[in-house]
Amino acid sequence: MIEASDNRIAFLLLSPLFGSIAAYLAGRISERIAGVLASCAVFFSFIVTCSLWSELQPNSSFALSLGTWIATDHLSLPFGFVFDRLSAVMCLVITGIGTLIHIYSVGYMAHDESRPRFFSYLNLFVAAMLTLVLGSSLPVLFVGWEGVGLCSYLLIGFWFTNPEFAKAGRKAFVMNRIGDLGLMVAMFALFAATGTLDIKALNTAENLAKIGPAVGCLAGLGLFVAATGKSAQIPLFTWLPDAMAGPTPVSALIHAATMVTAGIYLMGRMYGVIELDPFVPALVCWIALGTAFLAATTAIAQNDIKKVLAYSTVSQLGFMFLAVGAGEYAVALFHVVTHAFFKACLFLSAGSVIYGCHHEQDMRKMGGLSSYMPATCIAYGISTLAIAGIWPFAGFFSKHAILDGLALSQNPYLLPWLSCIGWGAKVVALLTALYMTRSFVMTFMGKYRGGASAHPHHSEGDNKAVDTHSHTPHEAPLVMVAPVLVLALLSLGGGYYLSHSFLPYLTGTGVGGGVLPLSKMGSDHELGFSGILSGSLPGVIGIGLGVVLFHVATALKDSLRRPAGLFEWLFAGKYYVDEIYDAVIVAPLTFTSGVVARALDKGIVDGGVNAVGRISEVSGELVRRATTGQVATYVVMMFVAASVFLGLFVQK
Amino acid sequence: MSEVVGYLGVAFLLFIIGASGVALRRNAIVVFMCIEMMLNSVNLTFVTLSQLLGNMEGQITVFFVMVIAAAESAVGLAIILSLFRSVKSTETSDAARLRW
Repeated sequence: MIEASDNRIAFLLLSPLFGSIAAYLAGRISERIAGVLASCAVFFSFIVTCSLWSELQPNSSFALSLGTWIATDHLSLPFGFVFDRLSAVMCLVITGIGTLIHIYSVGYMAHDESRPRFFSYLNLFVAAMLTLVLGSSLPVLFVGWEGVGLCSYLLIGFWFTNPEFAKAGRKAFVMNRIGDLGLMVAMFALFAATGTLDIKALNTAENLAKIGPAVGCLAGLGLFVAATGKSAQIPLFTWLPDAMAGPTPVSALIHAATMVTAGIYLMGRMYGVIELDPFVPALVCWIALGTAFLAATTAIAQNDIKKVLAYSTVSQLGFMFLAVGAGEYAVALFHVVTHAFFKACLFLSAGSVIYGCHHEQDMRKMGGLSSYMPATCIAYGISTLAIAGIWPFAGFFSKHAILDGLALSQNPYLLPWLSCIGWGAKVVALLTALYMTRSFVMTFMGKYRGGASAHPHHSEGDNKAVDTHSHTPHEAPLVMVAPVLVLALLSLGGGYYLSHSFLPYLTGTGVGGGVLPLSKMGSDHELGFSGILSGSLPGVIGIGLGVVLFHVATALKDSLRRPAGLFEWLFAGKYYVDEIYDAVIVAPLTFTSGVVARALDKGIVDGGVNAVGRISEVSGELVRRATTGQVATYVVMMFVAASVFLGLFVQK
Repeated sequence: MSEVVGYLGVAFLLFIIGASGVALRRNAIVVFMCIEMMLNSVNLTFVTLSQLLGNMEGQITVFFVMVIAAAESAVGLAIILSLFRSVKSTETSDAARLRW
């Protein structure tokens, strides 16, 4: 690997950071400027990324060190950044899709009073995410890791005056902290074994041999725990659906396209450590399949359009981890990129729908929107086909590669189960198509079920403007539609365009240094007609089933309702995971805290402090009785005291 | 020796009367006079013992006591005067303002 120092990395990182400050300060003068400034900052980053990317030679990377960060006897760590092919892919996604979402937000948040704060957080997020993917060592990565967690928390609870939303933000924060503990444990273990935390140094054959399978298993599990927290896998996934409390562009940028893929990125970066003990990838695979299935089935029964997409994201992240578990890191990254295209598009379209329906998120009150908002409908349709995995849309290529890669896994723990896992993944792919079709049908087809009569209590408070304007849905403004259409275009052609170049780009050149291992599928992976057919099959079946169940024969669905009752109870209740966590973890914790608070804190600590006060109070009460104010009393006391002391002296 | 006992006896009696007066009487002026009485009883004791032991220091001390007693009476009478101005009485019980 040839490493060339390049100052442009600093521009890439600092642009959104300064944008964050500038957006907030400029917002004091005019709220309108904030969005423009923030969008420009991210777009500038995108241009810098493009210029770096275009000059990136095979087997080389750009690096930059911003001075020494930690200097002790045992550890010397620069605040360093590396721009290699993996970082390049991530940076392009973050800044490219980030720019589109920023522009979209200018329209979406146009009526919100605290726009400057919103854009400030959003830019800060981009800066943190870039730190995460560019960091040359695990602690620098960790800074970004925590930074995105913070921004995620701030943006989920953006409308913090609603206690439910603030609670959702807190939940995400706490769940991510559990994951962070895993990352720290992994860092401690790796440092104890090798004495370095530099990512490139850790992945050299020499250091990997030093780590060994036992420590490797611990570190790998730690890294995976971190990834489950950030990327919403079992058991730490319940925060992501709740994270939909944030504004929709946030859901698109943070909780679909970029931050939640940080776990995949971490796995890819540290693949050497992950694969030291084959148990870790096997566990990743099983958890991923479980998550994908659980989330996909839950998505079928959700009525909130954003909740469907949230569970869909969890499910698709499961797909990415399936690829990680099978050792196909480049394929996982491919799905990260295509997923970023179509999921960002889905979320932004959903945002337009919510915007057009006057902040209605319930799909039961939508329907027939294709005639009101045709552009959004087309975009949503294209990305639905993409996520369902229909050729030639983007999702087909990455999903197909995952299914193919799974079958070629050499993991000894997985070998006997490969066909089972493969079939499971195909079922999830079918379910994906099914629930996405359901959401499309409920939102865009049939008749409009919303309107004034459906929700007469629409106006919250005394907002006269809401009462007077019409309740028919309307298309979003151009500033929102344009980014959606760009993303739709990417969902349409992006996968096909990248299908030949992407995997060789990440794997082809190299050994170590963060560039990913070679795919077992080989570089000349060619899709025949049969491949196209078999790969699209689950999606086609799912869509067909969805159209029949939810559009053509709604009566059929009703007749199926009775036998499907148990499943409906499970799916609509989200498998009651939240309730189980509440009962198993939260309730005992609250109970113990209550006991400790009463016994230890109130009893002993507070009791002790109060006792000190009580003692002086009681003694004061006693002493003050002596102070009668009568001179005679004092004189008598004086005489008595004088006599006593005199007696004592005389005795001597 | 016997006349010494008489002097000391008078001094003792004077002190007891003065102390009882301070402790029992409510009138500030009477209390004040009783204090003077106690001072004088002490003076008498000083003089008596000084004579008995042939030591002049006791008699010298008496002069200091008298000077201080004069100063004290000046201050004390001024306090009684201002007390009378504020509470219209010279009773010590009426001055129990700083009580709990």
